[in-house]
Amino acid sequence: MSPTGEPLLADTKSDTAFVEFERVQKSYDGVNLVVKDLNLSMPQGEFLTMLGPSGSGKTTCLMMLAGFETATHGDIRLGGVSINNIPPHKRGIGMVFQNYALFPHMTVAENLSFPLEVRKIGKSEREEKVMRALGMVQMQDFAGRRPSQLSGGQQQRIALSRALVFEPELVLMDEPLGALDKQLRETLQFEITNLAHQLGITTVYVTHDQTEALTMSDRVAVFDDGRIQQLAPPDKLYEEPENSFVAQFIGENNTLEGVVKEINNGVALIQLDGGDLIDAKPVNVTKPGERTRVSIRPERVEMDPSRLQEGAHTLKAEVLEFVYMGDIFRTRLRVAGTDEFIIKTRNAPDQVRLKPGEQIEIGWMAEDCRALDA
Amino acid sequence: MGLPPYATIPQRIWYYAFRVICALIFIFLITPILVIIPLSFNAQDFFTYTPGMLRLDPDAYSLKHYQDFFSNNEWQRSLKNSLIIAPIATIISVSLGTLAAIGLSQSHVPFKGTIMAILISPMIVPLIISATGMFFFYSDLGNFMENTLGMGKNFVGYVKVVLAHAVLGIPFVIITVTATLVGFDRSLTRAAANMGADPVTTFFRIQMPLILPGVISGGLFAFITSFDEVVVVLFVGSAGQKTLPWQMFTGLREQISPTILAVATILVVVSIALLTVVELLRRRSERLRGMSPT
Repeated sequence: MSPTGEPLLADTKSDTAFVEFERVQKSYDGVNLVVKDLNLSMPQGEFLTMLGPSGSGKTTCLMMLAGFETATHGDIRLGGVSINNIPPHKRGIGMVFQNYALFPHMTVAENLSFPLEVRKIGKSEREEKVMRALGMVQMQDFAGRRPSQLSGGQQQRIALSRALVFEPELVLMDEPLGALDKQLRETLQFEITNLAHQLGITTVYVTHDQTEALTMSDRVAVFDDGRIQQLAPPDKLYEEPENSFVAQFIGENNTLEGVVKEINNGVALIQLDGGDLIDAKPVNVTKPGERTRVSIRPERVEMDPSRLQEGAHTLKAEVLEFVYMGDIFRTRLRVAGTDEFIIKTRNAPDQVRLKPGEQIEIGWMAEDCRALDA
Repeated sequence: MGLPPYATIPQRIWYYAFRVICALIFIFLITPILVIIPLSFNAQDFFTYTPGMLRLDPDAYSLKHYQDFFSNNEWQRSLKNSLIIAPIATIISVSLGTLAAIGLSQSHVPFKGTIMAILISPMIVPLIISATGMFFFYSDLGNFMENTLGMGKNFVGYVKVVLAHAVLGIPFVIITVTATLVGFDRSLTRAAANMGADPVTTFFRIQMPLILPGVISGGLFAFITSFDEVVVVLFVGSAGQKTLPWQMFTGLREQISPTILAVATILVVVSIALLTVVELLRRRSERLRGMSPT
């Protein structure tokens, strides 16, 4: 919304950038940069998650977008218009807070009515919109209750519908499910993504929970050290991490360190620090002699060498621990000097159940193993 | 909470001794106030219990001191003055004190401790010292208002006393409001801003209702401070601004009339009523705040 209250984007095509960060920097004390050179461009209708450890700058980015923090350098644009000098209450952005931030002295209906009242919307239209917004989260029956009479999940549903009731085009969510138990979290994850896609809202979602990020988002921006380490759809992020931070941060991951021996036809031969040779796909390495950290997902490790390519390198491994997890087996191995090598196998009828002390041979397809920065 | 069945003899003794001590402390606090109440109904013009009063002889009691209070011009004028000065001073204290407390609760304010100490100082500095300072400061201010701005002498007198009393009331408001702000969730104001409410709307619709219990308590303290303040008004005010406590002080020194006992009794009753009303109001808004279940 522009300061005059007109939607800024009445006829903007959805493939142009709706939210843009351009060379944004943020420092609280004038010395340390919390956000370093952030560039991000989001089309309208996208569900983007900012994922990262605490202190990585993701919440600061969200606060700058909402207007509660100002960027030290750079430009933030909404619908092509710079919003650096627009105060939060004129930005027209909906927001869901981690602690719900429902007004305790108002009933649920009054809470939802508040953004409409400040927009000077008539009473009958207000009531209709409130009931419609409550209907979106199946909370119509709670209109007369106070927030303190609701459970955490109910409060977050109300907070969500309050952020949507004034029909913003952009909604920000700051770890909205952080305080809820696992089951409720999963239900609400599903509800939030459904609502966002149904209504065509652009959503920026902040979380430190990678499962949430992977299941909900169109794209995920992985933050660390004030920068976006990788911005990609969930499957690319998981399967093709671009650096070792992303590989480590997203999902379970096995890391082995070594030196590049040679690169041939898109396959790198890596000599691990223990002397063993393995194949990997060169991602951040370009020439022999470079140090590298190779990353392989536990479920992509193969225990049956006959299923590998001709001439593929394999490693000897000793089983240290076997954990039965129901749908999968998680086996910890000693491989090339590390005791923390994990493999995951599906609980299929013909699946071998390894025993501690067993000696096996493992390998992988070269493209599943990524040679990243050291 | 009764005695548990396994209580030992010393525990039993302490259990009763504790109650006796509490009762004694209570008597110590309340007796000086209670003794004046029967005395104010004295038929004689004395400050002592007459033999008739002790015999509970109805003729020894009368309402004549109350009649005197309500018919005597001096008393009525001082009552009127108090009722003008105290509410206005309270309104000023509450407005400024609340704003100061909110300002001081922001994280980015520099020299927070120093500013707080200065604002609270009227409560800590001996009253006679504040009063002396105020005497000089407000006499200059009064001269300026009268001579340069050409305001009426009586009006200027009221302004001086009201401002002086407001200064005395501000620390109470700051302290009570700061205490309620500790539990105030900052994300509520952010949420309101996010929904399109400008800072003024946010303050009146969101923040104010939630800190109202603290504002009310602070306002009550500020009102009482002004209403029974005698030192500052003696220094700063002139005869036209004679308040109830001033009149009582004069009455005690010059006339020794039991009318002041009648006034004291009325004030005690009014204070109790005021406290009760304010406490009920405070509980109500605390309930609205969602602190306790409805």
